[in-house]
Amino acid sequence: MLRHEPWSAERASGIIADHVHLEGATLPILHALQETFGYVDSGAIPLIADALNISNAEVFGCVSFYHDFRKAPATGRHEVKLCRAEACQAMGSDALHREILGRLGCDWHGTAKDGSAHVEPVYCLGLCANGPAALVDGEPVAHLTADALEAALTEVRQ
Amino acid sequence: MSVTLYIPRDAVALGLGANKVARALFAGAERRGLDVTIVRTGSRGLFWLEPMVEVATKEGRVAYGPVTLKDVDDLLDAGLTTGGDHALRLGDPETIPFLAKQQRLTFHRCGVIDPVSVEDYRAHGGYRGLENALKLDAEGIVAAVRESGLRGRGGAGFPAGIKWNTVMLAKSEQKYVVCNADEGDSGTFADRMMMEGDPFNLIEGMTIAAVATGATRGYIYLRSEYPQAFETLKEAIVNGVKAGVLGENILGSGKTFHLEVRLGAGAYICGEETSLLESLEGKRGIVRAKPPIPALKGFLGKPTLVNNVMTFTAVPWILENGAKAYADYGMGRSLGTLPIQLAGNIKHGGLIELAFGITLREVIEEYGGGTRSGRPVRAVQVGGPLGAYFPDHLLDTPLDYEAMAAQKGLVGHGGIVVFDDTVDMAAQARFAFEFCATESCGKCTPCRIGATRGVETMDKVIAGIRPEANLKLVEDLCEVMTDGSLCAMGGLTPMPVMSAITHFPEDFRRAGDLPAAAE
Ligand SMILES: Cc1cc2nc3c(=O)[nH]c(=O)nc-3n(C[C@H](O)[C@H](O)[C@H](O)COP(=O)(O)O)c2cc1C
Ligand code: SF4
Ligand code: FES
Repeated sequence: MLRHEPWSAERASGIIADHVHLEGATLPILHALQETFGYVDSGAIPLIADALNISNAEVFGCVSFYHDFRKAPATGRHEVKLCRAEACQAMGSDALHREILGRLGCDWHGTAKDGSAHVEPVYCLGLCANGPAALVDGEPVAHLTADALEAALTEVRQ
Repeated sequence: MSVTLYIPRDAVALGLGANKVARALFAGAERRGLDVTIVRTGSRGLFWLEPMVEVATKEGRVAYGPVTLKDVDDLLDAGLTTGGDHALRLGDPETIPFLAKQQRLTFHRCGVIDPVSVEDYRAHGGYRGLENALKLDAEGIVAAVRESGLRGRGGAGFPAGIKWNTVMLAKSEQKYVVCNADEGDSGTFADRMMMEGDPFNLIEGMTIAAVATGATRGYIYLRSEYPQAFETLKEAIVNGVKAGVLGENILGSGKTFHLEVRLGAGAYICGEETSLLESLEGKRGIVRAKPPIPALKGFLGKPTLVNNVMTFTAVPWILENGAKAYADYGMGRSLGTLPIQLAGNIKHGGLIELAFGITLREVIEEYGGGTRSGRPVRAVQVGGPLGAYFPDHLLDTPLDYEAMAAQKGLVGHGGIVVFDDTVDMAAQARFAFEFCATESCGKCTPCRIGATRGVETMDKVIAGIRPEANLKLVEDLCEVMTDGSLCAMGGLTPMPVMSAITHFPEDFRRAGDLPAAAE
């Protein structure tokens, strides 16, 4: 289960201050913000820009370049990342993903109809000899099936 | 007396329920009045046997696997803690042929030791390489790396000694050592296994590099898809500083090396070294034009040594056992061992460390045992998403940089992905373009626009719209991308595409030839 704090500029400023001393602090800051709030609020951009003495555009460009950073709060209770890369394809991931998305009633980057999860594509999780593979709230799942995912979504909820 | 059980915390083992198995074993032993200590290790890389549980007995280690939750009580009743007999008993893990036939120079500790314990690492030969390095001057260390013949394992196969020498000779008050742990290639997991199973091997290799080049700071740029490796590395670094093998005055030598792990953010292109450095500096991962090379102007404009995890982790062995001993493995100009990763539709997948020169067929048949589906092998992609698809008649090609190149393929990071006869190669070719379109950094037109055009054109081929003419278009597009791209993302995407078209032409003409009007 993902638990996040509601956005707070004050809290964000504190997180940013904790990281400004790092060389190349932008990504560590963005990761820390996303871990705390579940996404990177647009209100964080000028705060980061100020703290690092770079332009808003540079920070925004960074947020939008990387697949990991969300610009809006995640709406599902769990985060499911399904591997779409070749080794998992060789184990039938394409058909499996159609089934999973069908059951959840959403598309890639979308949220399941019942709100149980949002689904993101990833390209390889390093579980390529045991595909199809997924990460559910950061926990690896090998030999994935649609039933196993359903079970995982119910189980981690507890 | 307490019995020690070894249970992997490698991501594959976790993905197959290792945490639940560990908890159940502990609880079950307690109920039976058995005193057990559980050590969480990395994996030995026999992935079809995970979770593999090992128990320390008087006769050495005894393995059981694959252990699922429902086996636990049965195993304990069969006397697992004393190596008792059971259908899942594998015996001494090192006698399992898959492992026994390997030449594990780099991976010999992985899956054996407690990954975050400096003490355990040293008890298994760790830090002898650095100790030897500290007796040499910088030139001596670089000479050992050069004479070992070690080539970069990240994909390009560039001689490590030459790069180390360039950074060593660069004049600067600050230099950096950066480990490329972005491991984005599908079908590869050697870096992940090493970071989860023997992170001090990487830390030692990077420390030797720092001593040789005069760098005092280092970063491991780790992909965010590896949360377990991230935790293990952070824990190992904290323990390393405490034990005096990182930070100030390493092993009493007066040398300093500060090491930090940094997370990427889900961008394949950040595995390209200049894009990686941009990302590490906190920018978008846009590829830099070379020159200047990172060895002279890298992180924050300072001389920076960038190597792959497998490159760094080969070094401690080389410094411990000598350059000559390492160069005795391998063939031609591909010396030493290659950690091969066997993946996809394969019965016995996992990590196979062997001297260069073994053929693809030997790996797939003798180690892999054929496909997991039981169907015939049809295509094999070697070297990640930018690598070629090999048909059956090319499977006797040896894994060797030059031999693979001669067949218009590449070794890359050593990943082998097996497909059975249900594969549709036109779909695979389309995917190669799609992946490039998704992951392109956007700096140059052939890649940014070409990949999208490639997807559109492949869609027409697949739909049967003038397949011959459109395949010709794909071919032209590939030529433009090969010749005109700034980096290998756009430059090598044609490799999987063209190998699929060349070796599996029938898959591109399935829909027949629809009338041109359908376009
Ligand atoms: C698109 C692209 C992706 C790459 N991904 C990786 C990677 O994930 N890991 C890696 O070590 N090298 C990767 N490389 C190669 C690096 O640019 C570079 O050659 C390597 O880090 C040098 O280290 P080595 O000499 O030890 O191999 C990639 C290159 C390209 C063009
Ligand atoms: S080839 Fe692609 S990824 Fe490489 S620099 Fe050009 S646009 Fe960027
Ligand atoms: S390709 Fe799916 S985990 Fe590597």
